[in-house]
Amino acid sequence: MTFEIRWERDDYSRIPFHLYHDEEVYALEMERIFRGPCWSYLCLEAEIPNPGDYRTTWVGDTPVVVSRATAEAGGAIHAFVNRCAHRGAQIVRKTHGNAAEHVCIYHRWCYRTDGELIGIPFRRGLKGEGGMPKDFDMAAASPQRLKVANVSGMLFGTFSDDAEPIEDYLGEFGTGMVRRFFHKPIRILGYSRQLIRGNWKLYAENLRDTYHASLLHEFFVTYGVDRATQKGGVKMDARHRHNMNHAYTATDTQADAQAAYAGTAGVKLDRMRLTDTKLLQHTPEFADRMNLAAPTFFPNALLIQINHSLGTRQIRPKGVDAVEVFQTLFGFADDTEEQTRHRLISANLVGPAGFVSMEDGEAIEIIQKATRNERQATNIIEMGGRGAISDLAHRVTETPVRGFWSYWSELMGVEAPGGVR
Amino acid sequence: MIPAEVRHAAADLMAEYGLRIDEDRLEDWVELFDEACDYKVVIRENVEQGLPNVLMWCDNKNMLRDRIASYRDVNEYNLHWDRHVIGPLRLGGGADGVWTIEAAYTLVQTDLEGVSRLFSAGRYLVEFVLAGAAARIRSAKVIADTGLIPTLLATPI
Ligand SMILES: [Fe+2]
Repeated sequence: MTFEIRWERDDYSRIPFHLYHDEEVYALEMERIFRGPCWSYLCLEAEIPNPGDYRTTWVGDTPVVVSRATAEAGGAIHAFVNRCAHRGAQIVRKTHGNAAEHVCIYHRWCYRTDGELIGIPFRRGLKGEGGMPKDFDMAAASPQRLKVANVSGMLFGTFSDDAEPIEDYLGEFGTGMVRRFFHKPIRILGYSRQLIRGNWKLYAENLRDTYHASLLHEFFVTYGVDRATQKGGVKMDARHRHNMNHAYTATDTQADAQAAYAGTAGVKLDRMRLTDTKLLQHTPEFADRMNLAAPTFFPNALLIQINHSLGTRQIRPKGVDAVEVFQTLFGFADDTEEQTRHRLISANLVGPAGFVSMEDGEAIEIIQKATRNERQATNIIEMGGRGAISDLAHRVTETPVRGFWSYWSELMGVEAPGGVR
Repeated sequence: MIPAEVRHAAADLMAEYGLRIDEDRLEDWVELFDEACDYKVVIRENVEQGLPNVLMWCDNKNMLRDRIASYRDVNEYNLHWDRHVIGPLRLGGGADGVWTIEAAYTLVQTDLEGVSRLFSAGRYLVEFVLAGAAARIRSAKVIADTGLIPTLLATPI
């Protein structure tokens, strides 16, 4: 399919609203991005510690099984499309489990834990009659497998042979951040899911828009969890497809913040106090002393630390106008009971009911609602400047959003003539 | 045997529990709790796996007050009305004067243009004590079958 965009600006500071609504654009994204030369976040190695363990996940809107093969099947971690070769039924129906093999319920076609088709009932027919043609090639019919990469226990997969090696894809910055989060064995604390009735790109942009954080999520500022006046910034990889918002604890003063937010409608700095402040207790636990670190990896992953809450988020597009945000919270295996308790108390900050995250669901839905019928108009992405895309030592910026669109355009084959990268 | 006054108190408690939220009297809803109390919203997907993650957790009444104050003045959320329907109560306990309630709920949210949608279905596990004729909640655990939260969760369940 040929598909063109008449970009108003070659620096992606104007995005046409219809790109959040077009079914054809969505279908192409699934093909060229999620089944294209990108590495998508699958799940964590710690979720499938034993041979035969599996989890179901999504790469774009393709259902995928991530499986640690049994010893007989080689013991490696595999990912394959969760769709029976025969009639296309889901092979694995549970979210997770342990299995010696996977059997489709419809006609009992049977798959090894690495995804290979190994059994077809009545393949040789009944009493010498019927059955599958003799030349039917089971290996060739097996569900498509993804290439899997394990970066410090964070599992990524790609459908494409053209994907860069994962170290190059994430870059030094990305692999370094993954190593930071998973510098010792983790313990899974659980999951949360949120269905936002908006296009998946609005969520991907949200994660790259540090401008909104202390404005929409007023809790940050009101209670001093994170303010734009703290030391921090945004970092990107060389291609500007990934991004990291980060900040250092206790690096601004109340006076800095009061001056900066003076006159900002709605901000209630100083007016309110928590009666129970343990939610905000933070003792730096990483060598870099950051209290907020949120590396985002194109196209579907976020690693997030807010104080002592640690987690991953996976973007699961559910059609052009809905996205599931799947969050996995974890702590470290050597956490004391008290530390685990504090991580769980900190979970109040994040997720669908999070004091500093719930608003994103609403902000995205009201964009989707208000732009539905718009064929011509564009948004405005200029906070932090126009033109070249580069790292910033402050966070009042949406420049990484332009980085997202620049790479999106490259993959979709619709880069603006002379467009910035 | 559960004494009749305990049954009555439990029925009144859960009626007030749902209606005060639905009437947007969240500060009054908090008053149904004891000072030493625990309120938790978890999803069944985690419970079934023995995973401790919480969506909301207030382990005393001050944290509950903070949650409501933040909702009132700090957070942004989907503008909506809540409607709780709470099923028949299964009563138990009684040791040391602590009684338990288990009950199913459905929670429908309606937006300002009148569109209703099922927001959450699940069950309550409540522990309460009697203070005179009234029941006071020691702990309330909401186990939501609906793990996929539509939009966001701002108001308590
Ligand atoms: Fe946000």
